[in-house]
Formats: sequence, structure tokens, C-alpha cells
Amino acid sequence: MIAELGHLAVIIAFMVAIVQSVVPMIGASKGYIGWMDAARPSAIIQFLLIFFAFIMLTISFVTSDFSVKLVASNSHSLKPLLYKISGVWGNHEGSMLLWILILAFYGALVAVFGKRLPIILKARVLSVQAMIGVAFIAFLLFTSNPFERLIFPPFDGKDLNPLLQDPGLAFHPPFLYFGYVGLSMTFSFAIAALIQGSVDAAWARWVRPWALLAWITLTIGIALGSWWAYYELGWGGWWFWDPVENASFMPWLIAVALLHSAIVVEKRETLKSWTVLLAILGFSFSLIGTFIVRSGVITSVHAFANDPERGVFILLILIIAIGGALTLYAFRANSLRSSAVFSPISRESGLILNNLLLVVSTIVVFIGTIWPLVAELILGRKLSVGAPFFEIAFTPFMVVLAIFLPLGAILPWKRAQILRAGSPLIGALSLSVAIGLLIWSLQTGGRILAPIGLALSAWVILGSLTDLLMRCRMIDIGFSAGLRRLINLTRADWGKTFAHIGLGLTIFGISAITAWETEDIRVAKIGEEFEVSGYTFIFEDVSKINGKNYTSDMGTINAFKNNKLVAILKPEKRFYPVQRMPTTEAGINSSLKRDLYIALGDFQDNGWTIRTYVKPYAVWIWIGCLIMAFGGLLSMTDRRLRFASTIRLKQK
Amino acid sequence: MAIGLKKRRRVQLIVIAIFFIFVATFLIGFAFKDGIEFFRSPTQVISESISENEVFRIGGLVKENSLKKDGNKISFIVTDRSNDVAVKFIGILPDLFSEGTGMIATGNMKGMVFEATEILAKHDENYMPKEVADALKEQGIYQE
Repeated sequence: MIAELGHLAVIIAFMVAIVQSVVPMIGASKGYIGWMDAARPSAIIQFLLIFFAFIMLTISFVTSDFSVKLVASNSHSLKPLLYKISGVWGNHEGSMLLWILILAFYGALVAVFGKRLPIILKARVLSVQAMIGVAFIAFLLFTSNPFERLIFPPFDGKDLNPLLQDPGLAFHPPFLYFGYVGLSMTFSFAIAALIQGSVDAAWARWVRPWALLAWITLTIGIALGSWWAYYELGWGGWWFWDPVENASFMPWLIAVALLHSAIVVEKRETLKSWTVLLAILGFSFSLIGTFIVRSGVITSVHAFANDPERGVFILLILIIAIGGALTLYAFRANSLRSSAVFSPISRESGLILNNLLLVVSTIVVFIGTIWPLVAELILGRKLSVGAPFFEIAFTPFMVVLAIFLPLGAILPWKRAQILRAGSPLIGALSLSVAIGLLIWSLQTGGRILAPIGLALSAWVILGSLTDLLMRCRMIDIGFSAGLRRLINLTRADWGKTFAHIGLGLTIFGISAITAWETEDIRVAKIGEEFEVSGYTFIFEDVSKINGKNYTSDMGTINAFKNNKLVAILKPEKRFYPVQRMPTTEAGINSSLKRDLYIALGDFQDNGWTIRTYVKPYAVWIWIGCLIMAFGGLLSMTDRRLRFASTIRLKQK
Repeated sequence: MAIGLKKRRRVQLIVIAIFFIFVATFLIGFAFKDGIEFFRSPTQVISESISENEVFRIGGLVKENSLKKDGNKISFIVTDRSNDVAVKFIGILPDLFSEGTGMIATGNMKGMVFEATEILAKHDENYMPKEVADALKEQGIYQE
């Protein structure tokens, strides 16, 4: 009964979405207030229906109702509660329902909080949002129904893939989807703006919070996924340039570009049509990502349900959405006139440079991602594009971006003199170069990457701090007066500082780990002592552990530095009997200075294979991401974004 | 005047954009030399002449009773049921590696032996790498 109720709710939501995509749109062009007003209740009802369906599916999972096919093939009665719940989205059908839930949630947010939005704009935005909803609900109902029943329910379920039974991965998809789908909001705003033929500062202020929210959640989602890969797969890597990772990285890059260009629209009323184009591109890459993940056309380690029929359906949605949006753009972009002019050296130009670098690097990632498909279709050759490709073709753009970041961030709007505006940065510049040179001279051999990366990260961080000091004029007006100004800076200013420092820290972590990590693989007997880059490890023992739904060989390895015990590592080799699948749980001891990382391999007659890594400053990769996301949050809650657009409308 | 200035700005913008795309194309072309790994089945490995410097991927089934472990030195035979290639690897095998199942390895040929630097893991036991499935289909072994 419960599953049928859920199914019914999705069908009703489908019809509500159809109404919502047609009626307000017609109302907006004809000027029928009542028709436009229909958008608000229908967006809320659509969300409540999908939410209800989602709860019904969750109940089926929690109560282990194995007559529902999805539950039977993805859950098990012995599974811990958290993974029964996360199992709802740990499979194709359920995760599409989550996709739709979040899509409807964003629509409902606009309906509830968009009281100050001009009614025509709101009607069109919600209508476009509902069109996307119609497409994806149809996809769910016709190709991936999560509520399908089994005629002969099995005694117990097949369990969730053990790799997915992990707290990091339980929350990875929801965050990622909030980001992916959040870009549908900016897409809807862009389409609405194109239909109405105007973009102004108020529009930018409406779009920016959505772009920020999407970007924040995408940042956290990607960071969680990378962290999970780091400790769960036991290869010690944190980013593999796998197609599915790239699928989330491309919208992220475009979202970064969009965030920055929306600032220009808001402050200077220029770059309008470009910003609209970025909003379209952002969601387009979300759709492309969904296609790559769901269709399985490109080999990836993420083996989701690969079904050609589903792939074709998503491809259709993708073509209609992207093709339609770009056609509309081609016809209407000219109506988005910009008024302001600016000189080649100005904040505007800096942000344009940021945008160009981000978009070009996105294209590079895109080519690298789809090349295997192109090569197979056109050249008939099977190949894969590995990490070296991205290191050579993608990294240089990021290096240039980091070089110009502090300079662009400190330039004034409209017109600037590079020497005068840039002079405060001389301190940061010389210090960063000195750091780079120092590391270069200290390290013997090693990759050139370390000094360059560390100098860049110092430059980005010190540059951001300099910018902050300049803003509060600490040097001119004295410490206490400056401190007061510092406290009174807007949240947007703080957000910018945090986001840029976060980026600097992530660059630091990446450079350190890439240049200085040490790896050791050996076969060790119990009681054996071995040394890896200054740490002494003693292999104490291996014991059998029984988990709730798995058994495990848990190793105990004590790590010593200078004869002092610094960590006890407990790497595991787990076995999940239901899926007959072994997994590796790395034993990791993290600190701000280094991670000690041990993965336990097979047992052989002469001992256990043990893989040990010492990874300097690894955690900073993820700390940097969190600080970036926190910066975004500060910026999103800036009062200007909440109130200024009303004031502006009233003045008119 | 403002119009003229705007036009000039636009031209400058396009020039810079074209420059970046040019750089990107150059870098992509350059990166394709190192970054692309061809996929070959054992049959292709046997029939083509492959330079020892070329890093590529080999995929197929791990032949039954061919897996030998000596400490962390591992050797096995990869097969598409028509031809076999011996593979050497130093390290830890992925969790789901076992005889009779599909696998992909990255590395290069040293004489008649494939020296793997990486054995690719998969997330799911039922999952057959697409290239491996296709290669086996060509040999008429694997059916969906």
C-alpha cells in the first residue's frame, strides 16, 4: 500500500508540474494575474507530493519491505539504520527521486521566499522550473519507477553495495544533487530573463544567492566524495579524473564563473548576456553530468545501472533543454544591453579574465571526459584519457588563475592603474616568491611542482589578507579604528576573503601531497618493524571482528616517531557475506601536519601485504574546501542580497 | 564615444578569448601524447607491434589458476579466450580482483610480458568493464 501511495503521489505531482509549466507562462505573457498566481501554490503542492513519495519510499526501506523491487535489490534486514535510509538514494531509481525532490524543493523555496520577486519574473521562473520537473518526473515514471513491486517477494534483500555503506557516502549524493539541481534555479532565472528581455542589478541579486547555494553544496558534495574515495578505496588517491568526478567538477567550475560574473552585473550592470549564458551553461553541464553518470556510455569506476533506454531519454532532455535555451539565447541576447564601460585594467577586466580561464578550463575537462566516446564513435579506437592529460592541459589554466586572483581582487571598479592598485601586494608577492625559492632550494630532486604550488598558495592567501587589511585601512587609521572597520565589513567581503583563502589552502594541500608523499608496499609478519619517512611502524596483530552485517580482519599497527607512540592505526579488510564482497577500510591517522595511511592487503603464508603512505598536509585539501564553502555561506547571507533588491524596487 | 569604447572592449575580449582557446588547443594536443592510453585486448596485443615505451591498458579475464603471489610481487595471465598475455604487477590487488573475472590494467610491454603499474578497481562485483565486455563479445565469449 505504502509504495502505491508513493507512486500515486508522483503521478499527481507530474500532472501538477504540467499545469505549473503551462499556466503561469501563458499568464505572464497575457498579463493574467490569476494565472500567474497559480505558480505559487502549484510549486508548493508539487514539492509536498514528491516529498510524500520520498517518505513512502524511505518507509519501505526502513521497514525492509522486500516486496518492493528496489528495496529487495538494494537493502537487507540486517543493515544499520543509517544505511537503510541512505540506501534510498544509493541506487539509480531512488537517486532520481531525490533529484526530483530537490528540484521541487528549489521551486517551493522560490514560491515561499520570493514574495518580493516581481510577479511576472516569478511566474516565468517557476514555470521553467516546472518544465524541468515534467521532464525528469516523466523519466522516473517511464524508465525508472522506484515503486515497482515484485510478485514473489524474496525472504531477504540483496543488500546495498558495501562500498556505499559509509557515513561519508551517505551524505555525498544529497549534497551533490543540491548543487547540480541548484543550478536549475539559475537556469530558470536566465530563461525567464531572456523571455522578458531584460536583466538588471535586481535580477543579479536574485540569481546570486541561488548560484551561491548551488556552489556551496556542490563544493561540499565533491569534497565528501573525494574524501570518501581517499579512505575507502585504499589507493590513497583523492582525485582520479574519472568521468563521473569530472561530471561534477564541470558544473562546479561554471558555477564559480557565474558567481563572479553575477557580481559584475549587480555592481556595474554589464556582462549581462554573458552571465545569462553562464547560467545556461551551468545547468547544461549538470545535465551532461547526469547523462554521463546514468547512461554508462563512458567507462567509469562508478558502475551505476547502465541502461541504453535511460541514456537516450536523458539525452533527449539534454538536447531539448540545452538546444532550446541556446536558441532562445541566440534570438534574445541582443536585447540585454549593457550600459557601463570600463578600462582594460579594472575589477571588471579581472573578473572577465577569471571567467575566461574558468570556461576554457571547463572545455578542456569536457574534451578530456568525452574524448573516449568521440574516439570510439569516429576513430573506432578504444582509449581512456588519464590523469596526465588533465595535469598538462588543465593545470596551467588554474596556475594562471591563481596568479591573477589577488591582483584582480584588489583592483578598483571601472578604471585602475596597475602600479598604484597593485603596490600593496608587493609584500605578499615577495614573501610568496621567497617561500617558493626557499622550498626549491631545500628540496633535493623532487618535482618542481612543490615550490610553484606552495608559492601560489602563499600568494593567494597573503593576497587575500592584504586585500582585507586594505579594506579596513588598518595601516592608515591605526589598529583600533581599523579593527572596528574590520568588524563592520560586509559579509560579502568576509565571504570573498574566506573563499579565496580556502582555495589557497586547497592548493597548498594538493601541492604538498603531490610532491612529498611517500609510499611503501611490503609483506610484513606480525611483530615486524618497518620505517617509512621518519616514522617507525610496528605491526602488532590482526584480529577477527564481527560487524553487524560484515566480518573483518582488523590489523593493529603502532606508529612511532622519535621513539614516541604517535598513532595506533587500525586498517581493516572487510567481507560482506550478502554481496560476497570484500572491501578495504584504510587505517588513517590525520593531523594538520600529515596523514599516516595504511591499507591492509591479502594474507599470504609469509605475512600480510601492507601499503603505507605518509601524506604531508593532506587534510588541508578538504579543510580548504570547507573554508571555501563557508565563505560562500557568508556571502549568501549578506544583507544586501536579502534587502537591497526591495529597496531598489521601491525607489523605482 | 562610449559606443566606440564598448566595441573596442568587445574586440579585445574576443582576441583574448581566441588566444586562450588557441593555448587550450595546443595544450590538449600536447597532452594527448602523454595522457591517452589505448585499450587493447590480448588478441590485439599479440597481433600489433607495440613500442615498449607506450603506456596502454589491457583488459580481459583473469585466467583460472594463473594467479601467483610472491609477497607483493604478483603475476597472472589475462585472456580473451583466444589469446593470453602474461601480466606482472607489484603492489596490492583491488578488493574485487579474482580469477575468472574481468579486469583492466595500465602499464607497458616488456618483451612478451605486460608490466602493470596499476590494476583498476571497480565498485561492483557484477560490473564488467565496458571495454572488456566488448572485447570478449568480439571473441564471442561474453553475452549480455
